[in-house]
Amino acid sequence: MKRRPVFLITILCFGFAFFYIPILSMIVYSFNASRLATVWGGFSTKWYVSLFSNAQVIDALVLSLKIAFVSASIATILGTMAGITLARFTKFRGRMAFSGLVTAPLIMPEVITGISSLIFFIMMADWIGWPGQRGFTTITLAHITFSMVFVTTIVQARMLQTDRTIEEAAMDLGSRPWQVMFDITLPVISPAIVSGWLLAFTISLDDVVITSFTTGPGSTTLPLLIWSKVKLGVTPDINALATLMVLTVGIGVVLAGIILNRAERKRLVEERMAYQSNA
Amino acid sequence: MSAGRFSRWFDRKGWSALLIGAPYLWLVAFFLLPFLIVVAMSVATKSPTAPPFSFGGEYPVVNLEAYSRVLSDGLYLRAFLTSITNAFVAMVLCLLIGYPMALCLTRVSKGWRNVLLMLVILPFWTSFLLRVYAWMGMMGRNSWFNGLLTDGWNFLVPLDWAVRSVPMMNTNFAVVLVMVYTYLPFMILPLYASLERLDPALDEAAMDLGSRPWQVFRDITLPQSIPGIIAGGMLVFIPAAGELVIPTLVGDASSPMIGRLISDEFSSARDWPMASAVAVTLLVLMVVPTMLYSHYQAKAEGSK
Repeated sequence: MKRRPVFLITILCFGFAFFYIPILSMIVYSFNASRLATVWGGFSTKWYVSLFSNAQVIDALVLSLKIAFVSASIATILGTMAGITLARFTKFRGRMAFSGLVTAPLIMPEVITGISSLIFFIMMADWIGWPGQRGFTTITLAHITFSMVFVTTIVQARMLQTDRTIEEAAMDLGSRPWQVMFDITLPVISPAIVSGWLLAFTISLDDVVITSFTTGPGSTTLPLLIWSKVKLGVTPDINALATLMVLTVGIGVVLAGIILNRAERKRLVEERMAYQSNA
Repeated sequence: MSAGRFSRWFDRKGWSALLIGAPYLWLVAFFLLPFLIVVAMSVATKSPTAPPFSFGGEYPVVNLEAYSRVLSDGLYLRAFLTSITNAFVAMVLCLLIGYPMALCLTRVSKGWRNVLLMLVILPFWTSFLLRVYAWMGMMGRNSWFNGLLTDGWNFLVPLDWAVRSVPMMNTNFAVVLVMVYTYLPFMILPLYASLERLDPALDEAAMDLGSRPWQVFRDITLPQSIPGIIAGGMLVFIPAAGELVIPTLVGDASSPMIGRLISDEFSSARDWPMASAVAVTLLVLMVVPTMLYSHYQAKAEGSK
């Protein structure tokens, strides 16, 4: 008995229209010749030209990428450690407090994280003279803190799914714990680590609230630049910038999807072959 | 047992101290400590000097004035009410749109499913700020979308009700609409995850026993997806209630939401104790649904 769920498919079409019409509208208007961002005045690519000649945008993009790279890398290391800890160390003093501390940043409203980071940095500067000024360092520290918990969640979930008997076997065969860690555990959870890094990178690249609180004079990330322009209203050059960003992310996500899909399929094939050759 | 052995190995070599200690210390230093400073600041006294607060003065260290203002001043109560109402309405709308979408995703063929899932995740990965901005372009007075709505409205209603444009920007309606738009993937993904795990054999059994499709949904599918509904609901409600970007860009300045109020108290009014007290109150309000969430999560994991 196979029925076409007409109702569900209709909802799905409306849902995707809802998702994509605003974005498509933005892309179309990025080619608008009119100065008024919402009135069509013919086709033009002049906003792209003005965008690429805008040094402010390039500087902000470079700063954003630097912060995202550094914070995602450190967040991945710390988050992976925390994820492994939570999945494998079932008993240690303070585990409850630790798991609470790892979940808390996930549910903390961003405004509160932002304000508490800012007050913290101001107080620290007052008490111990560090950080001297707010900017790259303070933004990066704040980004590491709130993106590492996302990495933790992903790594922990993956660790709980993986087969522990391989670790057991390695230990039975006399491996030292760090050998087990680097030769077995980390390679097995590497897809989770990679997606954790990508997520942390995106979160950092996208963040405006926490960045706006932890930044200082002269440190404008791309979201902060867009934020300050958008607060004044809709402008056509932001349409062009947005289009480029959406296309970059779109291509990135599709490529990542294809690569992950292929890796997964390859792994499945290899696993099957390994079982067959042993059978 | 196996986990115990793994960790004992590490303990003996002193490795576990590093593995646990590094993230632990980081979170204590850069998350817990800053938050405790905010809690302390919420009972400080506002001061005109720098830093704009002090402990003591005419109050014996702890000054609860900020909290009493949160509870008595209509501005804060209204802001809390607006935030919670908007977040709740957005959550319900996300559920009403997201549930059928998630259900549909589990019913399509495998090839289609991956493509459609990718289409759900894609907005999730694109800039949040730009997705809000996209709607600003759609809702503006002269936009094609607003023109379409205006024409539709004028076509349907009598002549004296005709409008020149639909007022959308800077209203609570705009806030809820954009929240639904930006948070919908947060609802769809956990719902999809919980619906995908359901055994289709149960549906078929119910059908064989004579249930109608609606009954199958109500009695079989819906009860089993409650953990997904709660997870999705929390993922939408909590960030929506504390939202700062959306109300600032498309919201009504005369009825601010709580996130915007905290930020204004802090940067414009420079009343750090007040900003901290509002923040702590918001967090306390968030704790209740969160406890509910972790309660259900623990229950779901226990039943597995």
